[in-house]
Amino acid sequence: MSLPTLDFSLILPELVVLITALLVLIADLLWPRAASRGREQAPAVLALAGLILAGLLTLLAGEWSGATLQGMLVADALARYLNLVVLLAAALGLLLSWSYLPHFSTQRSEYYALYLLAVAGMLFLGKSIELITLFVSLEILSIALYVLTGFHRGQLAGGEAALKYFLLGAFSSGFLLYGAALFYAATGATRLADIAAQNAGGFYMLAGLALFLVGLGFKLAVAPFHMWAPDAYQGAPTPVTAFMSVGTKAAALVALFRVVQAAGSVPVGVWATALAFLSLLTMTLGNLAALRQSSLKRMLAYSSIAHAGYLLVGVVAGTAAGFDAVLFYLFAYAFMNIGAFAIASLLERPGFYAVQDAGIHAADGLFGRRPWLAVAMAMFMLSLAGIPPLAGFFGKLYLFAAAVESGWAWLAVAGVLNSVISAYYYLRVVVGMFMAEPSASAHLRLPLPASATLAVALTALGTLLFGLLATPWFQGISR
Amino acid sequence: MLNYSWLILLFPAAGAVINAFWGRRLGRRGVAVVANLAVLAALIMALIMAAGVRSLPAAAHGRYELTLWQWIGVGDLQVDLALLIDPLSVVMALVVTGVGFIIHLYAATYMKLDDEHHPLDARRYARFFVYLNFFILMMLTLVLANNFLQLYVGWEGVGLASYLLIGFWFHKPSAAEAGKKAFIVNRIGDFGLALAIMWLFFLFGKSAGSLGFHDLFAQLETLSAQNSPALVGITLLLLLAATGKSAQIPLFVWLPDAMEGPSPVSALIHAATMVTAGVYMIARTHPLYEMTPASMTAVAWIGGLTALLAASIALVQTDLKRILAYSTISQLGYMFLGVGVGAYAAGIFHLTTHAFYKALLFLAAGSVMHALHGELNIDRMGGLRAKLPRTYAQFLIGAAALAGLPLLAGFWSKDEILYITYQKNMPLYIIGLFTAFLTAFYSFRAVFRAFHGAPRDHHLHDHAAEQPAGMTRPLWVLAAGALFAGLIGIPAAVGGLFGVEHSHLLEAWLHPVFANVQTPHLPAWWELGLLGASSLIALAGLGLAYARYVRQAGWALRLQRLFSPVQPLLEHKYWIDEIYMAAIVTPLRRLARFFYTFGDQTVIEGAVNGLGRVTAGAGVAVARLQSGVVGLYALSLLLGAVGLLGFFLLFG
Repeated sequence: MSLPTLDFSLILPELVVLITALLVLIADLLWPRAASRGREQAPAVLALAGLILAGLLTLLAGEWSGATLQGMLVADALARYLNLVVLLAAALGLLLSWSYLPHFSTQRSEYYALYLLAVAGMLFLGKSIELITLFVSLEILSIALYVLTGFHRGQLAGGEAALKYFLLGAFSSGFLLYGAALFYAATGATRLADIAAQNAGGFYMLAGLALFLVGLGFKLAVAPFHMWAPDAYQGAPTPVTAFMSVGTKAAALVALFRVVQAAGSVPVGVWATALAFLSLLTMTLGNLAALRQSSLKRMLAYSSIAHAGYLLVGVVAGTAAGFDAVLFYLFAYAFMNIGAFAIASLLERPGFYAVQDAGIHAADGLFGRRPWLAVAMAMFMLSLAGIPPLAGFFGKLYLFAAAVESGWAWLAVAGVLNSVISAYYYLRVVVGMFMAEPSASAHLRLPLPASATLAVALTALGTLLFGLLATPWFQGISR
Repeated sequence: MLNYSWLILLFPAAGAVINAFWGRRLGRRGVAVVANLAVLAALIMALIMAAGVRSLPAAAHGRYELTLWQWIGVGDLQVDLALLIDPLSVVMALVVTGVGFIIHLYAATYMKLDDEHHPLDARRYARFFVYLNFFILMMLTLVLANNFLQLYVGWEGVGLASYLLIGFWFHKPSAAEAGKKAFIVNRIGDFGLALAIMWLFFLFGKSAGSLGFHDLFAQLETLSAQNSPALVGITLLLLLAATGKSAQIPLFVWLPDAMEGPSPVSALIHAATMVTAGVYMIARTHPLYEMTPASMTAVAWIGGLTALLAASIALVQTDLKRILAYSTISQLGYMFLGVGVGAYAAGIFHLTTHAFYKALLFLAAGSVMHALHGELNIDRMGGLRAKLPRTYAQFLIGAAALAGLPLLAGFWSKDEILYITYQKNMPLYIIGLFTAFLTAFYSFRAVFRAFHGAPRDHHLHDHAAEQPAGMTRPLWVLAAGALFAGLIGIPAAVGGLFGVEHSHLLEAWLHPVFANVQTPHLPAWWELGLLGASSLIALAGLGLAYARYVRQAGWALRLQRLFSPVQPLLEHKYWIDEIYMAAIVTPLRRLARFFYTFGDQTVIEGAVNGLGRVTAGAGVAVARLQSGVVGLYALSLLLGAVGLLGFFLLFG
């Protein structure tokens, strides 16, 4: 019997995040009254430091390669990009939480510990190449997010959303686990590489992949498994929504990519066609529903469902270019979507967070009061709608180009048509900000905390730079 | 040194952004300082670039391309955001920033009052300078572009700035209308440019792999025949674009109305810089035109006819700024004539001298307008010479340069165009020479009617007062340009008289750009003879104006009576606006109404409403599904799972 290979250097960023999560909890135990002595932001500082350290470790690690922990985790280029996306989204969401949290809760350390655990779950999910590890990672991130969704204690909408998310999440986990069991039944292996090597065909593999798609599709909020998303996104604290709408999608997409690769014996035509229809359904449903929303946050929730549909297009393409496009889109999406949620969080009235959430007209006349915010929001909206020269445009361009190249022209056309529909509800916000008169009391007391302002500035900069410098970035990802 | 050329774009951009966001806090003084410094910095950068181009090694052919970053890379097409720095673009950048800076200086004082001579509030004052700096940024983007797409960005950008500034007094219906007219007429031209770019991409894009000027021009060698139909099509579309932006037949109708904008705008955008973009573009794309003599002829004829048409209309106009507007159209016609006969350097030379004297004339007209509280009708002026001595001197210098009086700026540049036209196209030479006569006449008609003689409106006259130094002083710089800018282009024949070799500095400077273009030459004495003819023509125009408007000589009045039958024709500008209205606008409106009532209301709205009803119904259905009941959500999940499983098992 050989000793298991335990190369911890390959999972250093994940370990840093985990340890930080524990430190945040311990610190709270050791210095329970830190808050009263003006150190209420200590957990946030610690958490942010952990995320930044993890990000730096990912960046400085150079070219990762190789599996570790007995072939359960792999550190490769894909995982590296996922790390960067998730850590970026987490750091931006954390900046939003900084000023948001004090308005509804005093339990900072729990919040940040759970937040970091969700991050760790996502990072591990991106590195999982083994069915059980994959499932456990998924559960770590899910359970942490269930709790975070309901963190508005004493407020009905949050609790209800968390409960729904949890019940349906448990239901969908069942499907995923069943899919894993069927894979094992077909091949007798749990490592994705072994499953691929077996090249087994037949009923078990087909059914297993179908059930896997259900489980991962749920996390991605792909229709018809998306029903939880609008409620959860609306009920959760806005920083959590911003973070999970990007992070969960990114991690689940990487897992989906790895699983589809492993199930190589299932004909491409079958899973790709199935995903193509799911993608079409998802973007159409998301966009149509977003048209009719009266709450800004709920509109963004549906928009985020539509974007899951666009992202699937890259997976459907099935080529390297397709997944490169997905990775590029994830970066672009992290900036523009978190930016939009950041503005939404600022527009919510202080003291009434989520109780009185920002209506669709909350941004009306913003340009007159806070011109920079309005310009940033306009950039996020235009980028989400896919208008050049912003990041979202190039993201869609690469996704749809990859689809066309691999013969999915109709899906690309559907995506473009969907973008046109989406322009309506995104532009409505822009028109309101620049053309409409604000209601008498709106924005008068609009708080502009430094941390959230920084988040808006960073996301706006990212949205712009990823657009203007799209080609070099994309080439960087492709390499 | 040239590596830092991108700063020339950064400065005006920064000026616009600073004033847009902090303009109100900076106050009027701060806004003016920021805007002026931004353009001054750009001007200094342009001078540094000129020095840089000078010191380029010979192998570079005077050309330096600075790629800022790769902008679009899709498939085989690569479009960079890159600057093309060569003698031509540097000349344009110098004109834009140099004249632009003087006009900014002037505007800092001029714009303190609004169109009704009330103080302009700080917010709108800031907005004006944001637009003006934005215009400089876009104009520089246009002239420094190294590819067609970037040129298009600048082209649209200056159009936007022009629209915003024409309609700056948007509470005046005429100003709002004029802005709209300019924008719509320009759309037609811009459409031509877009089509031309697409066609070029279709022809050469694959093989060139970019839309860069020199990458595309390098592909021209693959075309052996002259006048290949595709290339003629492309060059004619480019010409259409140029006639829109540079106000030539048939799209010149927007420029006279554009005078609704504040005077500095008329000077900067609608005289000195933006309207010359068409000339610049044709000069820039001259390798295409050299391959298509047919298109060259079209350019030359459009230029010559526009020059004549606009000059004849200018003869009878009574609004001072409109006279200048028509004279701008006419002078732009000369530039088109120049590039149309292959005298590219001469066209750019005229563009440069014109920028000086026409900006001077417009700003001096602005001073008159302020002094008379908005009055621009020369029939109500007269005798302003004593009241506004400095403005008079400045306007006189500008008018003399425009009239082409010997040795002034306009004389040298216009004559060079005529000299080459003489050798290439005799009918157009005669038209050009006749137009020169008309030009001298209407220039001095304006001078004499406005500044000489007895005041015709004593109330206006008594209240007129010279403008503050902030407005009159910058004009002396332009006046110096109107007097002496011609010295950069003394023809070799004249230089030879004084034993100076290479006296035509501008031609030598531009030589690397137009090296492959042959310009014909006549013996020196012949050229001197033509110069003499031009001088006599200009002096004859001046003399006739003097006889008619100052001496009121009987023969001149009789001459005028002789031409009185054509006067209504000229006063109504050949009824071109009315013809366009009847032939194009009204039918289009009818067509639009048809489409609206039948197409839109019946077909599309029916479809959209139907779709809307379906969508609304779907929305209601979705909303009903999204009832918040967990059981239903789980059911949806389950049904989805069953469907997916079924699909896999059925097709797998």
